[in-house]
Amino acid sequence: MLEFVGEMFRYEFMQRAFIAGLMIGIVIPLVGVTVVLKRLSMIGDALGHASLAGVAAGLIGGVNPVAGATVACVGASFCIEGIRRRLESRADLAVAVIMAAGIGLAGVLSGFVPNSSTFSSFLFGSIVTVDDTELCLVIGIGAAVALFCLAFSKELFWVSLDERAARLAGVRVGAVNAAFVLVCALTVSIASRTVGSLIVSSMMTVPVACALAVARSWRQASLVACAVGAVSACAGLAASYEFALKPGGTIVLIEVAVLVALLAVKHSVARLRRGQRRGSAR
Amino acid sequence: MVRRPLPGAAVPVLLDRAGFSYGTAGGRAQVLADTSFMLEPGGFAIVTGENGAGKSTLLKLVLGEIRPSAGEVRLFGRDPLRFRDWGRVGYVPQRTVASYGQFPASVEEVVCANLYGSARRFLPFGRAERRRAREALDAVGLAGTEERMPGELSGGQFQRVLLARALVAGPELLVLDEPTSGLDEESCRAFCALLAGLRVRDGKLAVLMVTHDLERLSGLSADVYRLAGGRLQPPAYLREVARA
Repeated sequence: MLEFVGEMFRYEFMQRAFIAGLMIGIVIPLVGVTVVLKRLSMIGDALGHASLAGVAAGLIGGVNPVAGATVACVGASFCIEGIRRRLESRADLAVAVIMAAGIGLAGVLSGFVPNSSTFSSFLFGSIVTVDDTELCLVIGIGAAVALFCLAFSKELFWVSLDERAARLAGVRVGAVNAAFVLVCALTVSIASRTVGSLIVSSMMTVPVACALAVARSWRQASLVACAVGAVSACAGLAASYEFALKPGGTIVLIEVAVLVALLAVKHSVARLRRGQRRGSAR
Repeated sequence: MVRRPLPGAAVPVLLDRAGFSYGTAGGRAQVLADTSFMLEPGGFAIVTGENGAGKSTLLKLVLGEIRPSAGEVRLFGRDPLRFRDWGRVGYVPQRTVASYGQFPASVEEVVCANLYGSARRFLPFGRAERRRAREALDAVGLAGTEERMPGELSGGQFQRVLLARALVAGPELLVLDEPTSGLDEESCRAFCALLAGLRVRDGKLAVLMVTHDLERLSGLSADVYRLAGGRLQPPAYLREVARA
């Protein structure tokens, strides 16, 4: 086992992949807790598709595709917030509209991309080819996103729980919502290069689903989601190294496996308890 | 220079010939018209009426969620839309246990959340805030439930959690939106007794309750205003209303 780890970390690209993977594995679920509880689960998909349009535009224009993805994600996040304010109760529709525009634009632009294999590497990411600059970007943006989620945890808790009551507790709901969507956009843009645009939204929701199965408080939910994300990222990278699998997909499959295992354990514990209660009642 | 207090700064709620209407395809629909109403410190007012009588609109005006189309509304002497001092107002929303469902929050976290205005910025709630939350839970008879999830509680217990959350910051005005809907007879009686006890303990606490459930509140003594056709009828004492 130790030998395997030692051999894996001999390669610099694996070291970089693990650092990026850990960062992404922690930050995406941290954002995901609020995304899921605000019932905005589709926002990851919408921003992911928008980031693809940005990648395509970047490749066509000869700009760094990650920069293209960041600009497209941030732009899309402002559009979502703008539409959401006009439709008020139909936040989900705003997300769906941006998702449609993103996928449409990505589809059309992909026809003009000179090297289509570069473009497709963004669909499922390529974490092992991350260079030093990109790693710094992932660490920098990831740290900023994590800091935001920690510093504004009280605000995020309120807007997830009840926006109306949040305002009456003194929370500036509009500003918090706008800032949060922007943070989502930044998260998706760093994830598109590493784990892939199509995978981001699963990494936002599946660890949170795991957390919701076991957590009994907001703090626990955040911790469990981050732990599942981090462990799955490491396990996924190791498995992808050993069996030559695509890392992004492997990470998500491991997360799904963790979820299924957790639900199965929870179900059998509940059955066992019910059985015991029935037994003691007799 | 001594700043003079705003007129009515001590008055929790004041409506001066306030009205609200909204534009429809066929003109303007009047929801609330020419409504004057004052709630003084320590006062207890219940606003009742049929569905669609304008109860929610009145509450939205008081809480600064909509702008009156006529007249004036004041919350502690200020325009509610610009009001910032929300620590003075405790709000109990009309929510059911089911609406909290599987939300991952402990009862303590839910109650603590309302200390937002006085808590340190950028930092999680500390020991002092958690102690205040426990005290508020104690005051509503829910000591020992801190670690539980709101979704696991009974309807009556859940309502008291929301009450503890509204009271934790020590408000001067308590706003209750249909607090007894969905409660069984016993929980409803317990809730009324709790409310009466709170008012005895804190003589300055003003309470504004909006409800359609007047019959079940007969144990309380309050000024009752009836909203009908967008107009507020003069107050009657609750016990008399219940007898009539």
